[in-house]
Amino acid sequence: MKRIKLYSGFERFWHWTQAVLILFLAFTGFEIHGSYTFFGFREAVRYHNIAAYLLIALTVFAIFWHFTTGEWRQYVPTLRNIRAQLEFYVFGIFRNAPHPTQKTALNKLNPLQRITYFGLKVFLFPLLVASGLLYVFYRYPSRYGIEAINIESLRFIALAHTLGAFLMVAFLIVHLYMISTGETALSNLRAMITGYEEVEQSTTTSTLEGQQT
Amino acid sequence: MVKDMKQAIPIVMTITVLAVIAAVSALAPKDEPPSPLTQVKEQYTRKQTASVDHSKFPQLQRNFTRPQEVTEACIGCHNGRHVEVMQTAHWRWEREEYVPGRGVMYLGKRNSVNNFCLATSGNEQRCAKCHVGYGMTSVQTFDFNDPRNVDCLVCHDRSATYVKASDMAGYPDPKVNLNRAAQSVGRPTRDNCGTCHFFGGGGNNVKHGDMDMALSEPTRELDVHMAVDGANMQCVDCHTAEKHNIRGQVYSVSSMNRNRVTCEGCHTTTPHRDDLLNEHTLKVACQTCHIPTYAKAGATVVRWDWSTFGRLRDGKPYEERDADGNLAYKSIMGSFEWGKNLKPDYVWFNGTADHYMSGDRAPKDAQPILLNRFYGSYDDPDARIVPVKIMRTRQFYDPVNQMLALPLLFATERGKGALWQDFNPVRAAEVGMKERGLPFSGQIDFAETVMYWNLNHMVAPKEQALSCTECHTRNGSRIANLRDFYLPGRDHSPALDGAGKLLIALTLLGVLTHGGLRVASGILRRRNGGDGA
Repeated sequence: MKRIKLYSGFERFWHWTQAVLILFLAFTGFEIHGSYTFFGFREAVRYHNIAAYLLIALTVFAIFWHFTTGEWRQYVPTLRNIRAQLEFYVFGIFRNAPHPTQKTALNKLNPLQRITYFGLKVFLFPLLVASGLLYVFYRYPSRYGIEAINIESLRFIALAHTLGAFLMVAFLIVHLYMISTGETALSNLRAMITGYEEVEQSTTTSTLEGQQT
Repeated sequence: MVKDMKQAIPIVMTITVLAVIAAVSALAPKDEPPSPLTQVKEQYTRKQTASVDHSKFPQLQRNFTRPQEVTEACIGCHNGRHVEVMQTAHWRWEREEYVPGRGVMYLGKRNSVNNFCLATSGNEQRCAKCHVGYGMTSVQTFDFNDPRNVDCLVCHDRSATYVKASDMAGYPDPKVNLNRAAQSVGRPTRDNCGTCHFFGGGGNNVKHGDMDMALSEPTRELDVHMAVDGANMQCVDCHTAEKHNIRGQVYSVSSMNRNRVTCEGCHTTTPHRDDLLNEHTLKVACQTCHIPTYAKAGATVVRWDWSTFGRLRDGKPYEERDADGNLAYKSIMGSFEWGKNLKPDYVWFNGTADHYMSGDRAPKDAQPILLNRFYGSYDDPDARIVPVKIMRTRQFYDPVNQMLALPLLFATERGKGALWQDFNPVRAAEVGMKERGLPFSGQIDFAETVMYWNLNHMVAPKEQALSCTECHTRNGSRIANLRDFYLPGRDHSPALDGAGKLLIALTLLGVLTHGGLRVASGILRRRNGGDGA
């Protein structure tokens, strides 16, 4: 076993700040939606907006970080090994089979994670951010007399934002569960907190089926 | 690379801190010119002083015996003002209006129908108590071009002694000291306007709901603008006039979006510090949030039932009052329901309205009859959500001709067919409809009518403005009836919410099943002496 650094300081800061903000946004957002009352509508709207701007600011930093460090390559989807990964979650995991994808600093994500996070970044996040910004600003064109780009109805903006919110909650549930599917039940969580994870020494032999340790 | 990242943390932190400082300083209060509201407050709290003292003018140092003599004295100096007054609806009881679907027409108290005392036509002897003229016993015969009959005093008397007599076609009470009133004249006060406008419908606050004699000396609680312990504004501070054409109109007798008094005129369309609230002004009238309740001082009539007309006690007409002292029944009028501290109803309104005009057909199956239709919708950029009082009445109806039957209500003597003198609805309707040149079948039935009355007064202190959840709530929203747009907090798509909940339920079920199987398979493996790595 070898202890390798998987997540840099910024990456962890980004991840956990984002986690707190998204949970808070979901909580205040569903209050605005009318699902329950906690802060009161007005405060919920105010907090939701503040958290949204913070998340957008954080995302700007994160995008900058991904491009300057080249870490964005981690999220390029691939079909390689995807079948093995699927089979692992459907069958192997119950037989205590080893993970088919070996984590390395240059390849932190398995092919399913790559596709999921890619979808998150190019579909769900933009959907929520775009519909959220429109939710707040859709009145501005007509207010400043720019009738050509006037949006009359909030309905589709609101429904798109709600759809995004439901998808995000579903993602969160799976994401939280998947923490437990590491080498041990807590190794993924520990890695995201400390940045370090114990991985197999050899990356070539450990993926062979039936290999005993 | 890991080291680089470590070095990046302080940089990111520093940038974040700088961004927060920049944001805070941008939001912090600065030295700015006084806000529009501050300027407005300064302007309206300035004390008004008259530039002349009318009691010193020799023209007014005489004993007036007839009110027309006062008017002649006024015109003697103000030699063009009567012409201005004679062009207004206060004098003419009509305005030229464009009514959608009807075209250009003359509309006003002369010919409109309402669901209080129904209509003025034929009843002028009584109704003209609120006409700025003398002797209008009938709009048919009254000389609208005789300036001597203009009543200057009803608006300009500052002695608080001038009152118009009942049933005297607009003449003042014979006891009024015209000399004293004439010498007192000045800028109209709340009491001048209130002498008619507080008593619309025949009693205090009966008609409008937001026009109560308590507005003569209101508290801040009752009306934040006119409060004697506040800005102490007069009606004419907002209802400004140019050449006696006073700004503002009521949509029982008006149809066009013109010459209205607006809150925005002083307060601008961005009066709040919170941009989210300012955004509301695109679709929501100021009054909607800032007049949370109306009829805050005296009660207002919300329902009038003419069908109980004519009951007698010991062979005589009588009246009954409810526990609060409000008129509950009067033989010559029927029954009343009153309301106090009422929540307004809300409608879209773009400043244009249509009206039921006498003679319009109103089929039996299309009731209640809406006497003034307010135009506007969410898609209409000119429309706002406005608060209204809804007046509901059961009134005389001709079931054969399928139109409202408008009876002659008042006559100076019995035998003319007037309802209040002769007590015969059929005969009164016959005379009333004949006066208008309209058919009458001889049969009387009753029809439900509805009328909207804009609420613009009794603006509450800002602390009492509606909170978000009065409207933005799933159940019991104040604007639950306005469904032509998506309102956050109130609206949702049941289909999308259903699908979303199903997705979350299935996801939870999925991970729980998967997790459960993992735990179970682990236990099985261990029991079977499996590898258990």
